Amino acid sequence: MAKDYSTLRLLREGLRGHTGWQPAWRDAEPKGDYDALVIGGGGHGLATAYYLAKNHGLKRIALVEKGWLGGGNTGRNTTAIRSNYFYPESVALYDFALKLYEGLSRDLNYNIMFSQRGLAVVAHSEAEMEMAARIVNAMQINGTDAELLSREQVLEKAPLLNQSDRARYPIYGGIWQGRAGTARHDAVAWGYARGASTLGVDIIQNCEVTGFLVEQGRCVGVETSRGTIRAGVTGMAVAGHSGVLAGLAGFRLPIRSFALQAMVSEPVKPCLDTVLLYMGTGTYLSQSDKGELVIGGGLDRVLSYGQRGNPPLQEQVISGMLEMFPSFGQLKLLRQWAGIVDVVPDSSPIIGPSPLPGLFINGGWGTGGFKAIPAGGWLLAHLMATGEHHEISRPFDLSRFTTGRLIDEAAGSAIAH
Amino acid sequence: MQRFPCPFCGLRDETEFHYGGEAGNDRPEPAAEVSDQGWAEYLHIETNPKGRSREIWVHMTCGEFFLLERDTVTHEVFASESLRRAAP
Repeated sequence: MAKDYSTLRLLREGLRGHTGWQPAWRDAEPKGDYDALVIGGGGHGLATAYYLAKNHGLKRIALVEKGWLGGGNTGRNTTAIRSNYFYPESVALYDFALKLYEGLSRDLNYNIMFSQRGLAVVAHSEAEMEMAARIVNAMQINGTDAELLSREQVLEKAPLLNQSDRARYPIYGGIWQGRAGTARHDAVAWGYARGASTLGVDIIQNCEVTGFLVEQGRCVGVETSRGTIRAGVTGMAVAGHSGVLAGLAGFRLPIRSFALQAMVSEPVKPCLDTVLLYMGTGTYLSQSDKGELVIGGGLDRVLSYGQRGNPPLQEQVISGMLEMFPSFGQLKLLRQWAGIVDVVPDSSPIIGPSPLPGLFINGGWGTGGFKAIPAGGWLLAHLMATGEHHEISRPFDLSRFTTGRLIDEAAGSAIAH
Repeated sequence: MQRFPCPFCGLRDETEFHYGGEAGNDRPEPAAEVSDQGWAEYLHIETNPKGRSREIWVHMTCGEFFLLERDTVTHEVFASESLRRAAP
């Protein structure tokens, strides 16, 4: 693919008045027939299309998106990337994503601004420190980096934290993952789109799937708002709307849809150079390159497809932030929004064949889909191209809800989704 | 803050309520004859409708279980109906 973004190119274009830049990807018209079709133009879908072309050499690939690229959860998350999970299956999955992220700017020739500024999860009691040690041990055994932090080490990383003796959630110490960090979320979508488009993928926007074509019990394409598209194999990566698409395909999933909200403050000078999460409040923060504090927390409590957050949860998240950083009480909130996330009973994703042959699923990422984008795309592409699970995706097969072999990360790592 | 109608207490803040599950997801019987797939359907599988939805909720402050009909996109509430039976 074209590796045409470079310092030299920037210099040359600067001298020529920036007249030579081309659009990063082709906005394609749908053709009638493809070898592989990906539904969903978020990070996971775009990554799937990219790896179908790059890893498996497929030539006739289409991706359909009902709105615009990266306009769903890829553009609505809080950009954190980490692999601090408890079970070996989860660490294998999320650390695979983290490793791909580490090389992604180079692979895509597109700066995704991956900043490995580290993630601190703060514990507030002796009992929570025991839990923190347990997770650190599990992460190390599972082969990813983790350290147990003392109170002094936490405060060294985030000196503005509430150090008061009267704090409701005092700082005892915490969990540190130094390879964790943040990336520019739009750049991840755009970089994969550019990579896929360069390899010949037709990216078709404003093209909503309205039904599935089924012949002899097998999915052979989709009906869309822009006509029928036939495909040898179809994959869906439509976080938040997995249940809706499943309904169109004639099956149901173990997924509930909830709104997950996030917000940013007005931009301020650099004051927080890690990603920070309190076990006690469930609120997490980082500071964007623009200086805004990016703030998130738990799910809204009412099942919803409305892409907006309710005030009670917003109040809870902000209250948590004020407990953590009293000085941030001076800041004004700039924006607040929400995305719709797939919530699965064991808080682990669903990757694998769907009940409809010829259709594969990548979904159920709950509140943590962004950090998994490269792995989700890689694994769905593997499934679509080979018809078989990759060893990393096998434990996340839909069949686990029947066999009972769940990967319960809500209980394992107390991750709040 | 949205307010939901408890059939016993009337309109109360959404934070007083807890979602119980989709209406009509009845426990399969007899238990000994239910397949693994049957239990998976009952325990985990959801219709998760976009739009009009019939759900079981509990008002945690008074303990009333009730059927709530609402829209999952607009959050509009259409009806709320107690699940209590009259005392014999």
